[in-house]
Order: sequence, then C-alpha cells, then structure tokens
Amino acid sequence: MKTVTGHRLFWPAAVLVVMLLANVVVTPGFLSVQVRGGHLYGSLIDILLFGAPLILISIGMTGVIATGGIDLSVGAVVAISGALACYMISGQDDQGSVPGVLVAVGLALGLSAVLGLWNGLLVARAGIQPIIATLILMVAGRGVAQLITSGKNINVNSPPYKLIGGGYLLTVPFAVLVAAVVVALAGLAVRRTALGMLLEAIGGNAEASRLVGIRSRRLIVLAYTFCAVCAGIAGLMISSNISTADGNNAGLWMELDAILAVVIGGTALTGGRFTLAGTVLGALVIQTLSTTIYTTGVPPQTTLVFKAVVVTAVCLIQSPAFRAKVFRRRPGAPPPDPVASPGPADVEVRA
Amino acid sequence: MTVLGTRTGVRIRRDHVAVLVTLGLLVAMFTAGSIAYPAFGSGQVVIDLFIDNGFLLVIAIGMTFVILTGGIDLSVGAVAALSAMLCAFLLERWHWPVAVVLPLVLLVGAGIGFAMGYVIHHFEIQPFIATLAGMFLARGLCFVISVNQISIKNPFFTEWAQTRIPLPGDMNLTPTVLIALAVLAAAFWTLHYTRFGRGVYAVGGNAQSALLMGLPVTRIRIGAYVVSGLCSALGGVLFAFYTISASGLHAVGTELDAIAAVVIGGTLLTGGSGYVLGTVLGVMLLGTIQTLLRFQGTLSSWWTRIAIGALLLLFIVLQRLLGSSRPGR
Amino acid sequence: MPGAVLEMAGVSKGFPGVRALEGVDLRLYPGEIHALMGENGAGKSTLIKVLTGVHQPDAGEVRLGGTPVSVTGPQHAQALGISTVYQEVNLCPNLTVAENVFIGREPARAGMIRWREIRRRAGELLTRLHVDVDPGALLGSCSLAVQQLVAIVRAVDVSAKVLVLDEPTSSLDRDEVEQLFAVMRRLRDDGVAVLFVSHFLDQVYDVSDRMTVLRNGRLVGEFRTAELSRADLVGHMTGRALSTLEQLHVTGESARVQAEPVLRARGVGRKGAIEPFDLEIHPGEVVGLAGLLGSGRTEAARLMFGADAPDSGTVTLSGDPVALRSPRAAIGRGVAFCPENRKSEGLVEDLTVGENIVLALQAAAGWLRPLSQSRRQELVGRYIEALRISPADPDMPARNLSGGNQQKVLLARWLITRPKLLILDEPTRGIDVGAKAEIQKLVVSLAGDGVAVLFVSAELEEVLRISHKIEVLRDRRLIAEVANTAEITPEGVLEIIANGTTS
Repeated sequence: MKTVTGHRLFWPAAVLVVMLLANVVVTPGFLSVQVRGGHLYGSLIDILLFGAPLILISIGMTGVIATGGIDLSVGAVVAISGALACYMISGQDDQGSVPGVLVAVGLALGLSAVLGLWNGLLVARAGIQPIIATLILMVAGRGVAQLITSGKNINVNSPPYKLIGGGYLLTVPFAVLVAAVVVALAGLAVRRTALGMLLEAIGGNAEASRLVGIRSRRLIVLAYTFCAVCAGIAGLMISSNISTADGNNAGLWMELDAILAVVIGGTALTGGRFTLAGTVLGALVIQTLSTTIYTTGVPPQTTLVFKAVVVTAVCLIQSPAFRAKVFRRRPGAPPPDPVASPGPADVEVRA
Repeated sequence: MTVLGTRTGVRIRRDHVAVLVTLGLLVAMFTAGSIAYPAFGSGQVVIDLFIDNGFLLVIAIGMTFVILTGGIDLSVGAVAALSAMLCAFLLERWHWPVAVVLPLVLLVGAGIGFAMGYVIHHFEIQPFIATLAGMFLARGLCFVISVNQISIKNPFFTEWAQTRIPLPGDMNLTPTVLIALAVLAAAFWTLHYTRFGRGVYAVGGNAQSALLMGLPVTRIRIGAYVVSGLCSALGGVLFAFYTISASGLHAVGTELDAIAAVVIGGTLLTGGSGYVLGTVLGVMLLGTIQTLLRFQGTLSSWWTRIAIGALLLLFIVLQRLLGSSRPGR
Repeated sequence: MPGAVLEMAGVSKGFPGVRALEGVDLRLYPGEIHALMGENGAGKSTLIKVLTGVHQPDAGEVRLGGTPVSVTGPQHAQALGISTVYQEVNLCPNLTVAENVFIGREPARAGMIRWREIRRRAGELLTRLHVDVDPGALLGSCSLAVQQLVAIVRAVDVSAKVLVLDEPTSSLDRDEVEQLFAVMRRLRDDGVAVLFVSHFLDQVYDVSDRMTVLRNGRLVGEFRTAELSRADLVGHMTGRALSTLEQLHVTGESARVQAEPVLRARGVGRKGAIEPFDLEIHPGEVVGLAGLLGSGRTEAARLMFGADAPDSGTVTLSGDPVALRSPRAAIGRGVAFCPENRKSEGLVEDLTVGENIVLALQAAAGWLRPLSQSRRQELVGRYIEALRISPADPDMPARNLSGGNQQKVLLARWLITRPKLLILDEPTRGIDVGAKAEIQKLVVSLAGDGVAVLFVSAELEEVLRISHKIEVLRDRRLIAEVANTAEITPEGVLEIIANGTTS
C-alpha cells in the first residue's frame, strides 16, 4: 500500500495547506470567496490572480530544468514582452481596438519565442553551460526592455489589453483562466505525447539518450522556447494588470522565484523526473507566502527572509549528502527514496 | 633526447588572450572617447572610473576568487547592501563607535560567506542555489533592519565622503580608491604568491585532482566564499561612504555586474583560469561604457546593459572557441 | 639481490559478499620494474588500494624496508615513499607543468611562493628524466603522454622509493608508450621500485623485470618475466593450462554466410581506440568479440553503432554504404546497441521500466507520435513476460531493479525495435547465473529468427557457447577471425591472444 506521505506531491501540498490554515487562524475570513459585481472575490482568488504569472513561468522553467538546464533570463523576457506589447498599443490611434491588441500580443509573444530560441541554440548548439548562456540575456534583457520603452514607464489605456491581467471572464479572473489553459496544454503535451518522457530521459541520462537516438538538441531548444513564451505571457499579464510597462522592475527576480517554485514542487535541479502539478503547488506556496505577509502587515520585503529559509530547507532535505550526514542512515539500508518513487499515474496534471 | 609536448617560442598563452582582448577594447574605447570628447582623455576621468566603481571593483575581486574555484556567488550585492544597512543602523540608531561597527560588519560578511561555502562544500548544494538563498536572506535582513533608506550622519563617514587626496596635475582621488587598490594588491598577492591562492586555481582546474595531490580542498573552497563575503561587506561599506546612506534597494543587480566584470576580464566561468587584474580591466570597461554614454548624452543608460550583455556574449563565445581548441582534454 | 623495499605478506581484504584478496604476497625490490598481472576482478586494484592506504587490509601486513607499517591513506602512503600515478592524470590542466610538480608543497619564504625556485627545480627534474617540455607551459596544452610523465615527475619528487603506475599506457599511442618506458627504465636505474599495471602483454614483456600474477583475489605466483612464456602467463591469468601450440582448427565459413551480410566494415578504425579492422556479420549469425580487458572489444563495438565516430574506413549496412557519425544513423538502419555501462550509458534510472523499454522506439518515432497507451501496454507487457523481467511491474522505477533485470530491460528496449543487427557489449556482466543463462538463450533464439548479433564478452566460454564466428582482439587490434567449430576451445582462443597467431 502506498502511504500518503510517500506521494511526491505530499510535501508541497502539505506546506500549502498549512500556510492556508495559518492564514485562517489569523484572518478567519481568509478562505471565503464571494461574488461581488459579477467577479469572484477573496484572498484565494487573489493568490491565484497574482500567482498566475509565476505559475506560467514556473511551468516553462520546469521543462527547462527537466532537461538538466536552467533559464535565468525569464525575468528579462517578462520585461521585454510587456514593454513591446505596451509600446505597440500606445502607438495606436485607438488603444481599445481588439485587432490592434491582438497584433501587439502576437508580436510580444513572437519576440519572446525568438529569445527562447536564442537561449536554446546557445545551450544545445553552441554547447554553452545553461547558467552562462541564459545569463547573457538576463543581463542584456532589461536593457532591451528599456530600449523599447525609451526608459520610461509606458502607460496604456486599452480595455482589451487590460482583460489579460486584470479582467474577468465568467466571474473568473482572465489571467487565472489563461494560466489554467497553459498548464492544461502543457500537461497534455508532456503526458499525452512522448515529450515528457523524452525530456526526462535527456535530463536523467544525457549519454543514454544519445545512444538511444533521441534528438536531444531539438527538444532542448523546444524547452527553452516554451519557457520564454510562458515568460512572455506572464509579462503581458503583469503589464496588463497595472496598465503599465516598467522595463526596470517588471519580472524582477522572477527567475529566482520560478526556480524556487520548481524545486519546492519536487523537481530536482539536476534534471530528469519532473512534475508540473508539483510546480503549480510550489508557485502557489510562494504566492501564498507573499500574500500572507501582506495580510499580516509585516513589511512585504521581508518575504525574502522566509524565502531564504524555505530554499535552504528544501535544498538541504533534497541533498543526499545532507541526509547522509545528518540523519546517518544505517549502512546497507535499501535506497528507495520516499519522495522520488512515483509511478507515472501520480504525475497527472492538475490544472 | 626526447622531443615531446609544446615548446613554443611565442609565450602568449590562451588564458592571456581574453585579458588582452579586454585591454585592447578598453584602449580602443578610451582612444575613441578622447578623440570624440576632448575632456574624456583626462587623467581625472580614469581616476573617476575608480572612484565611481571602487565598491564594484572590491566586490568583483571577491567574485573572482569564487569563480576561479568553479563556483558562483549571487549574494554579493545583497551582502553589500546588508553591510551598508548594518553600518547605518548601528551608527545612527544605536550610536556604536565606528571602530566597533566596521570590523563587525566585515565579520558578518565573512560569516555569511562561510555559511554558504560550508553548505556548498559539505552538503553538495549547487553554488547557484546556496548563494541564491544567501542573497534572499541578506536582502530580506536589510528590510528587517529598516524598510526605508537610512542616511548616515556619522562624522567619520561624512568626512570620509568629502575627503579628496590631491594629486599632481589638478587631479584628486578618494580614500575609497586607495582601499580598492589595496584590496587589489592583496588579492593579487594572495592568488599568485600564497598556497591558498594557487589552491584556488587548482580546485577550479580539477577539484578531484587537487584532493589527490593533497591540497586542503575544503578549506580552499570555503575560503573563497569567505573572501567573497568579506569583499562584499567591504564593498558595501565603500558604497555607504560613497552615498552616505543605506537602503535595502541599494546595489540591486550588483551580482550581475560583478559576474560580468569577471567574465569580461577573461576569467573562465567554469573555474581555474583567469586573473584578478583582468577583473580590474573588466570593471574599468564597464565603467568606461557608462562614462562614454554620459559624455555622449543622447544614448541612454540602458545601452549600458545591452553593451554589457553583448560583451558577455563575445567573451563567452571567445572562451568557448579557445577552450575547445585546447588539446589533450 | 638487496632486500625488498616493500613487502606485502598474506594480505586479505573482503567486502560484503566478496573476498577481494586472499593471502596475497607482493615483493618489490629497489631498481626493478615489476608488473602486476590479472584479469578483471583478479584483485589488482584492491591490492593497489591497500598499498596506497585507500583500503585497510583485513589480514596480513605491509612492510616497508622491513618495518611493518599501517598505511592510513594516499597522503600517508606518499609520506612513506609510495606514490601512485593513475590512468586518468590527476593533475590540474589549468596550471603550468612546473606548478603541477610542486603545488601543495611549493618552496616558499615568509609565506611567499618562490616562483623562480619552482621553475628552476622543475626544470632540473624534467631534464634529469629527459622529459623535454617547457616547465612554463600549461599542462592542458601538453599531450596526454607528457601529462602522464609530469605526474610521474611529481610522484617521484614527492617520494622516490616506490612508484605505482596504474594502467598508465591505456590512452597512449606507440611512440608515447616508448617515451614512458624510457622514463620508467631511467627511474629503475636510479633505484626506484616501479609497480606497473597494464593489460597489454607486449608492453609487460617489453619493460618489466618480474611480475606477480593474481587470479580471483589469490596469488598465482611471482615470476621473472624472461622465464615465463606468454602462453603460461595467459594460462596463469585465466586459470587454464594451454596446450602448447596445438594446431587450430579453423574451418570454412558456415552455411548461413550465403546471404548478403547485414554489416560489412572495411578498414574501420579510430585513433587511440582501435586500429582499422574488417568485419562481416550475416543475418542469423552471432559474432563474438574476444580479447583481454583493454584489447579494444568495446571500442570496436561502439564504432559499429556510431556511438563513437570512426576516423577511417567504410561501413555498409544491408548493402548500403552508411556514414556512422551518430547513433541515429545506425538506429535508422536497424542497428541496436546495449552498452557496457548499463547505468551510465543505458538505463535512465529516473524513468520507469515501461518507459525505458519503449524509449528507443519512441525516440525513433519522435515526440509528436506517441505510442498509444494500449500498444505501449501490450508491447511492454509482452516483453516483460517474454524476458521474464521481475518484478513484472512496468511502473516501477528502473533504478530499483537488479542488474540482471536492468539488462533485460535494455534488451527489451531494442528488441521491440525489431533490429537487424544487435550489438551486445558485456550483456551478462555482473548479473546472476540464472539471468545470464536466459540472456544467452535469448541471443541464440534471436539469431535463429534471423537477427545478426555482435556479442562482446570478457568470458570466453560464453563467447564460444553462442557465437558462430569469433573475432580475436589484442592490444587494440583485431588479430584473428576463427569459425567456432567444435574443436575450438577457450584455451585455443587464449593461445591466439597470447601468441598473436593470425590464422
């Protein structure tokens, strides 16, 4: 019989539940969701709404990390995508025109894809270490965003654009729907096609993957491109929510949050087995942490201290060296690891 | 007599090439600047480079140690901000004497470095992640100390900020520059004339071999992070001298500038190859770009970031090309 | 003869489940080159690890200059005068030659390293051993041979009584081996005791004065090289007496050879791995590659799959010339390959048994055309049953299986691609007897169905049991091809290996 705690999603889910419960204790009405003016309203909805960009980026990051890579440039891509979309819209006579907004969104996502392609080619073709390859865009990307906005914050007043990050559809925040759709599509793509398995093979054992004839390079490029597109969508949401493109601060440190979400979700940074559901939980944990801090009135910037604690704890628990040194397992004890032995049926995606 | 291996007449080594390229770029940029803007060619502009980037230089020197061992330190900017914050807080709120505050702050920096190095070495956590946690922690602690900016009114700091040491030819420099240069000299000496320094190179070249050759790898690897933490703390203090204030938002992104300066200075991100003098050139190159843009006037500051990114790409590709043509590996 | 500088007497060492060494003696005299010989698993590396203090012996003692010592670790061994140089050079490629010789023990004054002194002394040491290399050159820019020599220079300068060379020649070419031997002889003449471990018989006869032979963790004996014939040496190593120079019964090609060969290689080779060779494999034929460890068996097999790219020769698969630059090219032509290192090159331990089984098929189809669930279950289920993979749970992570079952998973992975040529590199190594027999049976039945098989194994009996034709390799060269008739015995093959008789 499989124990509940043995399930790989147990710990991230448990952390999330504990955090939500803690909130309920402090703020009794925390879990209540109401309909106000045709919109869902409540702290949970806030967490989903503000967490949507992070969920998206983390999903993209999961694919990259599964191949054994990492993408440091997603924060920069967030800034670039929002900047380009707002720049395009602000240049239109009628900012409210739906076709105009669609063109702007299309261009922004196209540019994001190109940036992802660039990262992927640097890693897969030029053979540059992922951390280094994506560092280039991380450094230059914010400059590019400011170049697009000419260093100013571009404000737009476009109802169709506002929908992406701040609007509602059928009482649900549109951003949440978008995130849900992307997560669902990603889930279908990795588990209904062979993509997930092949990505895990590449990240799990690159040499075996080569010898078995997997076209690793293409798949790696694909992973980086998808990751950048996710970041692009997140950039649209963020800029749309505040109707402003801020080349300097949009998506700042988001790459770190995304990596953190992936790790909390139970995907190892070394690549291989990944879980999109875990990543979504991880992103929600981070967002709940931020929301909690806001509601409790602690200065929001100190969230970082808690994040530091969480990162350290999660990484130490995942580190075999740490477990060996601290928990001193009996020699010759069987290796099975409670966190890392799921069947594929456990890895279905929760949207 | 057997004839084996390499006996080259010309002694330009591969690891010198990147440094020479950086030097060439620096000279070219300076020459171009001087031709375009007569005021640019003055010695004071060079000194100003050091005045404006002294704290970055100190931080980048610490980063050089870490990168030479094959690691990376993302926490440097946050640790610098934390030390400035700690300085300001202890001096202004608790009114501790400078003679106590400064050593304490440096100790805290070194301590954070030690903690990260310990976790990285003993628990085999990737440097990227461990120092990311360090970054979050240090940044967060800044805001725990104070969410707002603290201005420093301590006479030692304000006087220091105004001190100018006159040089012949109407030029002058600040004590910050002297400290930065002293750190540079100490770093150079350590890396090239002490066993610890050579060990840093050996660990970066091949940690396994270094262990088998009997080097104290644990001490060397953790030591590099201690040096980096110490340099970051000192950099933070210099930054506080420069701005006479401290804020949790200071020095954001400095880790990227420092990493960029080290890489542009010719140090291999995979470790084992590079020079602290190259890092100086890297910092100066970054500073020169900024100065040039300031003189130019119409090109805006974001071009700095794009230029740094382009330079990074250039040097990473350069290193890749030089690295892959190395025989015997 | 002067007294032994180093003696190991009655050394035993066991690991859980294995007796690695059982009462082994070893004597090293100053001024000799002493070869340590044995097949895989004979206990050579355990013996060296005991000698260098990596392992502590369970019984027996190590005497240095007559005094019993307890070596606690490599550093201690070095302090005692026992230095080791391994096959993979353990130096830092990013430092100069001179620095590599002295790092960690640099001459220093007041904490300040004296570079001039380092260069001067390194220069002297290199000159003394006639190694002509610039002490200021980066080690990484030197050839592997020079790096090896620098490692020896360092080892000798650290402590010059006993020098252990663990397979130093594996990655060197002929000229470089000669350079190394010249240095070894000079050291011997200086009075150093050199312990030389190598799989190359020619080299051992070329350079060593005496040798100690181990088999299955036990001492076979200590011999003067000049007094031991190669046939006897091979016999001692493998535990079989060789009937001296009996005529080999090489018969003509077997009946199945009429068909077009699945694989025909002409002059295929790769520098530093295997010299150019010819090879033909017909449908339904099992071709065995036989040779001692390091003879180039694996290297030859890998070239046939494109796992490594050959630098010479041509390959035709089913009559079409193919450039085997990558595994994909070979897979597309119906070639399959189970590598020697199951864990590092074969299995993806993170994935489940079922996923590992369908991996090759899926890789060929591409990610957009997934196998349907039902087809996947059907295939996986069929092969788990056919190969009797246990536990028969397709959702179990592959890392949890035993070695034999992991090997079966790899076989299943390729069998479902219905290969025309199956290359198996040590498919039965390290797995239990039952699984071994099953795999052998499977290979025979595959051949019966018309699959061509290239079978690599260190075990001669196994090769003889299932192969139609045997290719014999020695020192990275294919030296003979023999049809496997009833008269062929393991001893006969060993004789070819020992004497290099080309038929």
